[in-house]
Amino acid sequence: MGLHFTNGYVRKKRLQIILLQMQHIIALTVLFHHSYQSKGEHLRMTNHSAPTLNELVSGVVDRLKSAGPLYYLLLLITLSLVIASAVIGLLAMFRGHEHYYNVTREIPWGILISTYVFFVVTSTGLCLVSSIGHVFGVQDFMPIAKRSVFLSIATILSGFFVIAFEIKIPWRMAIYNVISPNLTSNIWWMGTLYGVYLAFMFAEYLFLLMNKHNPAVICGFSGSVAGILAHSNLGAVFGLLMGRPYWQGPYMPIYFIASAMMTGCAVIIMFHILGYKINGEKMDGDMERALEVTTKVGIMLICVILFFTTWKLIAGAAGQPNGAYPVVMSEVAGHHAFSFWFWEILLGMVGPLVLFILSKGRNLKIMLIASISMIIGIFVMRFNLVYLGQSLPVYYDLGVNEFKEMLTYSPSIYEIIIAAGGFGMTAFFFLLGEKVFDGHKVEHH
Amino acid sequence: MNKMDFNKLQNEGVENVPMQQRRDFLKMGLAITGIFAGGTLLSAASTFNKAQAADFAKKYPYSPHYSMVMRQDRCIDCERCMEACVATNHVPNVHGAYRTTILEKDTSDAIGSTKEFIPVLCNQCNLPQCTRVCPTKATYKDKTTGIVMMDIKKCIGCLTCQEGCPYNARYFNEEKKAVDKCNFCIDTRLARGEKDTACAHACPAGVRVFGDLSRQDSEVFKTVHQIEKAVWVLRPEAGTRPNVFYTKG
Repeated sequence: MGLHFTNGYVRKKRLQIILLQMQHIIALTVLFHHSYQSKGEHLRMTNHSAPTLNELVSGVVDRLKSAGPLYYLLLLITLSLVIASAVIGLLAMFRGHEHYYNVTREIPWGILISTYVFFVVTSTGLCLVSSIGHVFGVQDFMPIAKRSVFLSIATILSGFFVIAFEIKIPWRMAIYNVISPNLTSNIWWMGTLYGVYLAFMFAEYLFLLMNKHNPAVICGFSGSVAGILAHSNLGAVFGLLMGRPYWQGPYMPIYFIASAMMTGCAVIIMFHILGYKINGEKMDGDMERALEVTTKVGIMLICVILFFTTWKLIAGAAGQPNGAYPVVMSEVAGHHAFSFWFWEILLGMVGPLVLFILSKGRNLKIMLIASISMIIGIFVMRFNLVYLGQSLPVYYDLGVNEFKEMLTYSPSIYEIIIAAGGFGMTAFFFLLGEKVFDGHKVEHH
Repeated sequence: MNKMDFNKLQNEGVENVPMQQRRDFLKMGLAITGIFAGGTLLSAASTFNKAQAADFAKKYPYSPHYSMVMRQDRCIDCERCMEACVATNHVPNVHGAYRTTILEKDTSDAIGSTKEFIPVLCNQCNLPQCTRVCPTKATYKDKTTGIVMMDIKKCIGCLTCQEGCPYNARYFNEEKKAVDKCNFCIDTRLARGEKDTACAHACPAGVRVFGDLSRQDSEVFKTVHQIEKAVWVLRPEAGTRPNVFYTKG
């Protein structure tokens, strides 16, 4: 075996070589980046004067060194969350999920599914909203492109990370999704299309770093199409289940796309404001304008989702349709009312809507508060969506003693840690990305 | 007494009819009404009778087309079916793990018996949701028998099939590392030459009638294709065309 070393000296030498190779890989990643900072001095690269590997690595190292202790503390906390959730996820995988998760036969999908949905919703939203600028050519949206595309990759990876521990035997998926595909399955389409989406987003980000506009646009467009198809298929995973009236219908795929864009706006606003805070820089006029228009789009999309939600409730209440009515009533005035009205409606939509309007898209503090509130609310919104659809037992209308009541589920501490690990991963990538890619600065042409 | 004499009899009124006779008469009326109402509202029989002749091949595309009829009112909840299933199919002894169970229904305002037992299991649907949603074809309709099968090596444990099933017929088996479900004992009994499932075999009250719906001389066919007694399926609105039927009497 190649890793069988004969003595300490050889082992040390080989480790040095491996470390050097890793350093080169990092350097190659940032090689595509056009601008970098070195000890406070801005050096603008051009296509004609490519930096050496050492210059690139030292640029990254300098930026990382310049960060304060809070940055490193946050990096450590987020990384610890990822590691903790990975350890718990692996324990659950090998020792048996029933010891760690609170999901049941009747409610098989819990917070891990809703967290996955949240992350892929976010990723798709980041992709779609940012594509308005760099794919469809609306100049005002251009400055948010790089960070948004980077974050769309970070969030989809976080989603995959969480779902890997939710799916009981994920390695079989890698094999049988390829050799035994079921083309009638929305899960299959969603998984496959998200794989394609991720590849396009990676390629798009690399082309953006290389400042190669045309291939970036092609990849961005393809990524958006793959994202819409993948995400609407995720909606269809819920919407096409005939035995679950609360979810069933064409509403879900449509709602998922609109909801993704709403989430995208919130995440773009939050991460851009935080990114500038981390780098200790002031936004230029273009970036301020980009966030202003993103806020406006956000306002519009909150209204769209409020409109959708209103009609979903009315449709579930009018005529008291079997299967949907008890769920809608529990949402409006029953067991889930607080979760719905406070978290989903107030924190997720109405509160941010008011704050965004008050901010006029220019008051960054209010916008930051609004976007954080919105993200928290949307996370609960996804949880409610997944939970409520399962809360009515399939035999409820049969009137049997076992299933007379609505079903309840609350996540275990282990499920919460794994879900938090997803957030840790996004935060970790975000923090690292700010320094490695130097605040995702966009070239001016 | 001939008809003319009958007409000459004086009406005695109802004052002298004992209370028990009145109740029996009312019960009979309610039972008849109930059967008609039940037949109209719940029964799949009317649909079957309309369609059976022309659509036979389309309706029962498998040979043998395995099916089960539950004579629901015979069930006394002794749970021998459940025990036999666990023993035959190695169902783990953990909460929520079962291939078949018996549901209990109390109708407190009913006249006479107020308790019903409803045995449930996989309905081996003709249009199963579970097989449609499975991303890897780990669950599929057996081409010969129509039984909904599991290929456990392909199951990724996404549990979408559990979500899709309108009958709560599936659970995740941690020992097998795959979703598990009733397969009419195809591997544990039918493949060994037995003619019925473990649950049907163990039932002392003859609740579960197992058979081949594609054979007109089978008991399941005769029960499903008659109009005297109501025959229904659970959750017909889910549109999965189940192969487990329910009847009384």
